[in-house]
Amino acid sequence: MAVKKDVRQVLTANLLKDGLVVFMTDGAAWSPWIEDAAIATSKESALELEGRGNIAAKANVVVGPYLIDVIEENGRPRANLIREHLRTLGPTVRTDLGKQAERAAGGSGQGGAFI
Amino acid sequence: MYRYDEFDHTFVRERVAQFRDQTLRRISGELTEDEFRPLRLMNGLYLQLHAYMLRIAIPYGTLSSKQMRQLAFIGDKWDKNYGHFTTRQNLQFNWPKLEDTADILQALADVEMHAIQTSGNCIRNVTADHWAGVAADEIEDPRPWAELLRQWSSLHPEFCFLPRKFKIAVTGAEADRAAVAFHDIGLKIVRNADGEAGFQVLVGGGMGRTPMIAKVCRAWLPKGELLSYIEAVMRVYNLYGRRDNKYKARIKILLHEEGDDVFRKMVDEEYEKVKAAGGVSHLVPEKEIARIETYFAPPIYDALPDEDAQLTQHLRANSKMARWYEVNCAKHKQRGYTIVNISLKPEGGIPGDATSDQMRAVAGIADKFSLSEIRVSHAQNLVLPYVRKKDVVAVYHALEKYGMASANLGLVTDIIACPGLDYCALATARSIPIAQAISKRFEAPERQKQIGDLAIKISGCINACGHHHAGHIGILGLDKAGKEFYQITLGGSADEHASIGTIMGPGFSDAEVPTAIEKIVDTYIGLRQPGETFLGAYRRLGAAPFKEAIYAQAAE
Ligand code: SF4
Repeated sequence: MAVKKDVRQVLTANLLKDGLVVFMTDGAAWSPWIEDAAIATSKESALELEGRGNIAAKANVVVGPYLIDVIEENGRPRANLIREHLRTLGPTVRTDLGKQAERAAGGSGQGGAFI
Repeated sequence: MYRYDEFDHTFVRERVAQFRDQTLRRISGELTEDEFRPLRLMNGLYLQLHAYMLRIAIPYGTLSSKQMRQLAFIGDKWDKNYGHFTTRQNLQFNWPKLEDTADILQALADVEMHAIQTSGNCIRNVTADHWAGVAADEIEDPRPWAELLRQWSSLHPEFCFLPRKFKIAVTGAEADRAAVAFHDIGLKIVRNADGEAGFQVLVGGGMGRTPMIAKVCRAWLPKGELLSYIEAVMRVYNLYGRRDNKYKARIKILLHEEGDDVFRKMVDEEYEKVKAAGGVSHLVPEKEIARIETYFAPPIYDALPDEDAQLTQHLRANSKMARWYEVNCAKHKQRGYTIVNISLKPEGGIPGDATSDQMRAVAGIADKFSLSEIRVSHAQNLVLPYVRKKDVVAVYHALEKYGMASANLGLVTDIIACPGLDYCALATARSIPIAQAISKRFEAPERQKQIGDLAIKISGCINACGHHHAGHIGILGLDKAGKEFYQITLGGSADEHASIGTIMGPGFSDAEVPTAIEKIVDTYIGLRQPGETFLGAYRRLGAAPFKEAIYAQAAE
């Protein structure tokens, strides 16, 4: 019998003011990088993340927070679905734009939480 | 070109002020997202995958050089130095900030543009033949009527909350370059037995998950009756169109469910009521249409010989330019002039994208050589409508300098592709990389020439913004267990002999698509009769040899 995979989810949203994609961190801040995201490993912790996201939406920081499934690569989350993975990169046909470009320029992993 | 009157100016300026206030109230928290979303959508502002997206209307695809320059300016100042021309003759910016949007709308208003009714369940931007007014096969320029429809449908109180979005396209030519049969209402100027020009009114066409070809609702309508008759169609739709199911809410479903004859009868009865309504004539005031027509009066053309000896010489000396001239320039109604089509499909490029520099370059070329006018085609290309043949060489070199001299109009690399999963929140798969891979595969000019007319159209989801149903080869990107895969259809066409493509069978992975397309093309080349186009061959042969080719290949 297949063993049901553990829950691995992070919370994402778009910032209200500029629409950019963000992820909720352990410190309940929002980071542009999925690597910084807090990973929920149980239904309860996922619900808790969701609750924090809804508060941020009510406070008009972000729009439309929702949970996404991730897999862990070297202890860092990576979006499972292609749609969500592309949101962590930017348009694949314009690698000079979006997060992938900032990442290439050294933007990621520098404590990028900004809200 | 049409110029805003004081009413238009006031209306657009007021709208910008209202939206500025609404945005501030949203940012301050006075408006919730649920309250704000319909307001931003009414002003063309979507939230997409990576950022907001602003969709700007280009009414009937006509732009002045001044407007084009302003779009370039907006791209530089508030976006990322480029825009995307869509299959609805709109322009989309992919990265505007909410806090900047009112300023962008103000900049648009300054050049008589806006983003109103580019979203929502209303009458959308009216599209038209991009060669309107200059095509050699035209009966009449349809743009005065498109402009009349624009004015009539803008914030029409009765038609702001329709069951679903509503799209109207207009053409005045024999050949249908506006895909009128795939619109909720398609209007075609035709002559009756007495030689008088009027409208053939088609209703109920559309793409999406239920593609349908519009039916003739009225074979010939006196032009002056256009608004009243359309009002009757809209009223029937508004009243009986389904509001209980989003997927069944378009007018095509109403027409299909009622049947052509019943639907026509419903419209005719409603039309009688409209005509009988007291006090107001059902005819468009002649003075008003005459006023609008003056804005679209043909320019004062130079008296020129039809052939330009110098051009002929240059073309003999430069085979690349000669090929571009042959493929991209079309017959003009005026002697000594040509219609220059600017391909926004460089081999391997992103269909419909133009950088701000390219937009400015096109504006400059239009100022110098095309009476400051530009058109946008639903095939995501641009048009210079008034080029003297003696200026063609200069135009070509200017376009070449900015990477816009691809000689591929209507050929295999002139691919329509929607933004797909690279940008669009509704997408199920990417479409642009597929277009790029196919374009690269067929980039050799000799190969493109050998294949001839071939329209490949790609959509990133069932909504079909990339018109895949109407592609000679259509490609639909779908999601299968988290992976992109692509369904191929053959035999679609958006012209005056419109048809919906037939699904060939199981889909392909992204990597397999270019080879499958190549197999289809090779099958066509192997089986075609002299002079037979891809579509002609497909219609003669049916799907069988093509299916055999692609699935035999897949099984190998
Ligand atoms: S067809 Fe689908 S993916 Fe493409 S632009 Fe339209 S909604 Fe987006």
